[in-house]
Amino acid sequence: MWRLNPSPEVRGSGGAGFPGAGGPAPRDAGIRILLPCGDSAFLVELPELTAVVAYYRGLIGAGASAGVSVPDGIIDVVPAARTVLVTFDPETISPSEVRHWLESAEPAFDVASSGREVIIEVSYGGPDLAETAQFLGMTETELVKLHTSSEWTAAFSGFAPGFVYLVTTHERLRVPRRNTPRTAVPAGSVGLAGEFSGVYPRSSPGGWQLIGTTTAALWDASKAEPALIRPGDLVRFVEA
Amino acid sequence: MGIVVVNPGALTLVEDLGRQGWASLGLSPSGALDRQSLRLANLLVGNPAGVAGLEILLGGLRLRFVTASTVAVAGAEGIVTLNGAEIPLNQAVRVAPGAVLDFGAPLFGLRYYLAVQGGVDAPKLLGSSSTDMLSGEGPAPLKSGEQLGTGRVSAGNGLVPGKGSVPGTDSVPGHGAGHGVGSGAGAGIGILNNAHVLPAIRRAPDPGRAITARVDRGPRADWFDEDSWRRLISQEWTLSPDSNRIGARLVGRPLTQTRLEELPSEGMVLGALQVPPSGLPTVFLADHPVTGGYPVIAVVRRTDLDLLGQARPGQRIRFLG
Repeated sequence: MWRLNPSPEVRGSGGAGFPGAGGPAPRDAGIRILLPCGDSAFLVELPELTAVVAYYRGLIGAGASAGVSVPDGIIDVVPAARTVLVTFDPETISPSEVRHWLESAEPAFDVASSGREVIIEVSYGGPDLAETAQFLGMTETELVKLHTSSEWTAAFSGFAPGFVYLVTTHERLRVPRRNTPRTAVPAGSVGLAGEFSGVYPRSSPGGWQLIGTTTAALWDASKAEPALIRPGDLVRFVEA
Repeated sequence: MGIVVVNPGALTLVEDLGRQGWASLGLSPSGALDRQSLRLANLLVGNPAGVAGLEILLGGLRLRFVTASTVAVAGAEGIVTLNGAEIPLNQAVRVAPGAVLDFGAPLFGLRYYLAVQGGVDAPKLLGSSSTDMLSGEGPAPLKSGEQLGTGRVSAGNGLVPGKGSVPGTDSVPGHGAGHGVGSGAGAGIGILNNAHVLPAIRRAPDPGRAITARVDRGPRADWFDEDSWRRLISQEWTLSPDSNRIGARLVGRPLTQTRLEELPSEGMVLGALQVPPSGLPTVFLADHPVTGGYPVIAVVRRTDLDLLGQARPGQRIRFLG
């Protein structure tokens, strides 16, 4: 069997949150371990999520590393909680060339200069808003204000096409998942879980605390760019 | 016009060579499980190798052709009939208007590939018409009474460079420019000359004999005891009946994980042998989840995954490491 998460859970995703533009960014992301992954991929292991996001941005040429280009023959660059998976076509690029690219890439910690920013309008008032505010020891208004004033970074996708795990620079919105996941969370639901915020691209089961909804289409298969949010993007929530 | 689905059989899907390069958005590569057979069938009818055809699991499919066409069947081996008369596999066959094509249960292999001249016409997502059974993206499985359109490639000219008569096919399976990731594998598929690239016909695997697939070391091979690698490559595994396009589940003597901490979800490659706590590996196939939280001990060579796509439940599988 495979672990196909019934709801957007990330295992072992604890840690120090995401010190991004506002916080002191650790500069030790030079520590990376290249793990073999068959004959046409490497799995790069990094110390924590901040380093993953910065390294991913560095690889794909976003933010401070704008202008850096991805070598021909690279197929996928997939960030996750502690790793970046890179797959390549060995007929176009050799494993040693890929290894050199992965070892020499500079992490791009400069979140503020990242190219893309996505604004998402949210109607706050989700079924878990009151309970979540209470858990966090704040009013609903304060929760909404914190959610909208925080700068979110799209760390990685997963769970369903268009679903992106968003992290921010502080831990004040950190909440546990619901004890009993809902069997159906409506598309467009905006939620919190652990260190993450996220928007459900489609109706699916889910255990996140739902604080609002958006009419934005997170995934539109008819578009040339079907995903509204891509890893590495900055995301801001605004009240609809 | 086109083709009427009289009976879809067990499961018939529209598949091309998939949409590689979008894993960072959470999308599996999808595409034909036995890619070489789809390529062969397409080239036999004069199509670019990567256009959409039908992947027919276990036969049972009955199609009625409204208009004349040319078709070719590759992959699994069984009795395929046109108006009741058996047709040769791995060859182009002319089909008259009104003709009925029937797929019997395969005797060797599991999935037939049907190419139709001009390709099966289906909506595209990111350059591919493939059905992805994990995300539900792409065309729905064929249903009785459904009508399939075909592309407009006139006989023999489907492979002429720059013709563009089958939109988008020349970009399979590369991905969008400006996406931050370089051009993918397979550039040039669909614009090569037929005569130079017609692949050799590979017999579908005999269900009574073991399939051999080569493996390389996976990223978490050191999460298992030393004996596990030996056990992986020395025993014959059996394909479990609950295998599908997402993964081939294996039954055998379990592998033993020695590092027992939780693994944060990480990117998964096609062919990954992911090992859950049961110790029984699953080989990730075309519709696999792009991330997973179980350690990967080994990765099956891509060229050997076609064979796994033809393995039948109960079939024995050996890994060569």
